[in-house]
Amino acid sequence: METKTKSKGAAKKKAAEKMTGAEALIKSLLAEDVDTIFGYIGGAIMPVYDALFNYEDQLKHVMVRHEQGAIHAAQGYARTKRKPGICFTTSGPGATNLVTGLADAMLDSTPLICITGQVGASLLGSDAFQETDVVSVSMPITKWNHQITTAEEIPEVMAKAFFIANSGRPGPVVIDITKNAQFEELEYEYEATNRVSSYVPKPKTRLSEVEKAAELINDCQKPLVLLGQGVSISGAETEFKEFVEKAGLPVASTLLGLSAFPTNHSLYTGMLGMHGNYAPNINTNKCDLLIGIGMRFDDRVTGNLNTYAKQAKVIHIEIDPSEIDKNVKTDVAINADAKQALELLIPKIKKNSHEEWLETFSELHEIEFEKVISKDVHPPAGKMHMGEVVNTLSELTKGEAIIVTDVGQHQMASARYYGFQKQNSWISSGGLGTMGFGIPAGMGVALAKPDRPIFVLVGDGGFQMTVQELGTIAQYNLPVKIILLNNNFLGMVRQWQQLFFSNRYSSTELKNPDFLMISEGFGVPAKQISERDDLKAALQDMLDLDGPFMLEVKVEKEGNIFPMVPAGGTVSEMRLD
Amino acid sequence: MKKEYTLTIFTENKIGLLHRITVIFTRRHLNIDSLNTSESEIRGIYRFTIVVSTTETMVQTVTKQIEKQIGILKAFYHTEEEIVYQEIALYKVPTKAFAHGDDVESLIRKFNARVLTIEPEYIVVEKTGHKTETQQLFRELESYGILQFARSGRIALTKQIREITSYLKELEQQQKESEEEVLTYN
Repeated sequence: METKTKSKGAAKKKAAEKMTGAEALIKSLLAEDVDTIFGYIGGAIMPVYDALFNYEDQLKHVMVRHEQGAIHAAQGYARTKRKPGICFTTSGPGATNLVTGLADAMLDSTPLICITGQVGASLLGSDAFQETDVVSVSMPITKWNHQITTAEEIPEVMAKAFFIANSGRPGPVVIDITKNAQFEELEYEYEATNRVSSYVPKPKTRLSEVEKAAELINDCQKPLVLLGQGVSISGAETEFKEFVEKAGLPVASTLLGLSAFPTNHSLYTGMLGMHGNYAPNINTNKCDLLIGIGMRFDDRVTGNLNTYAKQAKVIHIEIDPSEIDKNVKTDVAINADAKQALELLIPKIKKNSHEEWLETFSELHEIEFEKVISKDVHPPAGKMHMGEVVNTLSELTKGEAIIVTDVGQHQMASARYYGFQKQNSWISSGGLGTMGFGIPAGMGVALAKPDRPIFVLVGDGGFQMTVQELGTIAQYNLPVKIILLNNNFLGMVRQWQQLFFSNRYSSTELKNPDFLMISEGFGVPAKQISERDDLKAALQDMLDLDGPFMLEVKVEKEGNIFPMVPAGGTVSEMRLD
Repeated sequence: MKKEYTLTIFTENKIGLLHRITVIFTRRHLNIDSLNTSESEIRGIYRFTIVVSTTETMVQTVTKQIEKQIGILKAFYHTEEEIVYQEIALYKVPTKAFAHGDDVESLIRKFNARVLTIEPEYIVVEKTGHKTETQQLFRELESYGILQFARSGRIALTKQIREITSYLKELEQQQKESEEEVLTYN
């Protein structure tokens, strides 16, 4: 946070300088402390890249192989650093290739600033070469977007973009810049802003609601805290810990809340939702007080809303007012930043413990351990399981690596079996469930935190969706360690076909290429293992290595992820097999 | 239970805001019954009036989702009892319809409508009122042959005492506090 003040101070007072719009854009990025850009050049963004050429010592540009790779990398970067990720693309196809990443970032509250080139202002609307109405296309999947048609707008719009993207509930911003605006000259003067009319990023916490919440917490017998990504976004991990420890509140995490709270903590009860842990799901419908913090009661968490925690009072701490009462009706709503709300709440709650209630979580966990976990983590024989790969990785890295995943069974296995001990260590596509997210996101994470071990877990389906980014990883020698859990299936869909579509495996089995040759062809060294006895050594070798590596692990073809709440099912009726 | 709600939305004058508002209805598969926009009593601030039939839970969520868009200052929803509203309708009828006795004339008197223009071939009648009223006149005129008909979107003012200027002041105050806080955090 301190750097921001400095940059704002430094950016504030500078005499106007004459320059092109393209250079002004680069200068604006520097004024906001940007150090890394992910992008792909093309006709309508060429002036910007030409200006960038003079600043390559200050701004690292990562040339990806496809714009989708650029935006997922920017997402990985943004979520690890908690500051906006930057993308450059050209107009038309360059810009439309961002759509999946924008939708993903919108759902997962990720701050991004995507600069898209656009045809000259005089050609707008004429179906010019590589012209797409990007502002309209991206409207429902951006927090804000804007088209710049004159150079002089650039500094002000960029300042606004940075403020909007990273304040309040963060989100993606698209700035579309016509080619003429990149060429034209302006008197450049930059002033960072923290005010945009009509926009209140942090609503003022109403003390009366805090009081009511404290009262419910002090009076409850069977509380359950739902930890969401909002806790990490607001940097409230310490306050969160203090809060739950003081009142002895059991904690369950959403998928994106993972790593904000150490998994070995005595109050941690596991992950919520469809493939989460048994105890928190069952006890959701037994608790008398549910406290959601920085989360949005997504349908993968709640299952059937009509049977979701009907017996409980609900407190919802959430910065986005439109999330309050959207899915689950609250008894007390604190519309505020998580950190601020927790700071106010902590002194008002009484020291407490809920030993008996906590014991019920342990009992339920025992059932899950016996029926599911033990078999996943220590399968007696046969092919390797995804769970044991993740568990071994967790042990070898002591839960201190950054885990990036793609989407599917391997993602759920990673979420369930990696024992997170450090904050900001889990990067996964939650709301949108974007296959192909993992590898490029891992690149962004590697650039944001080069000093930490980074593992990308990916399935054989998702691997092939953004496989071209292995080229980027090799070119920049990014320390991304890829673990490809290969079951020759789109495993999660196959599991659903097995359970809900009478084993009719329609379009889920893959005839895969030789992944070692592919990886090595791109310049990323690789290895394949299929025997349990080789697992530990292979992972350890990978961990000890400096550069990128790809380890293909052949796993059980038809393994399933359990427990499971079927879509639209009741959380307390979670299936163990 | 579905009911008719009138949304009043105050916005800045920015390109694309109409689109940002309408996609929120589209996502929820909600049909907009009527939409009107004009500058409000404050220069540079625009007032959207949107009529939609849906449940209260839905209109509540949609209103919040609209209000959070950048460029939207404030959004409210109201039931019929909470607003004073009006619509305008224009009817183009053949002039010969007036030739048979005084039927049409008495209709116009009865409905408190007025004649805007008289041409040799047609007459344009204007009627302001609620939809039920303008629709009733439509039905009455139908037998004389309506050449063209158009009805405007609803415009509405709220009965509430608190005016938008007071909300805007509050918004400004909130921003100021939020700004100060960002500064202290930094």
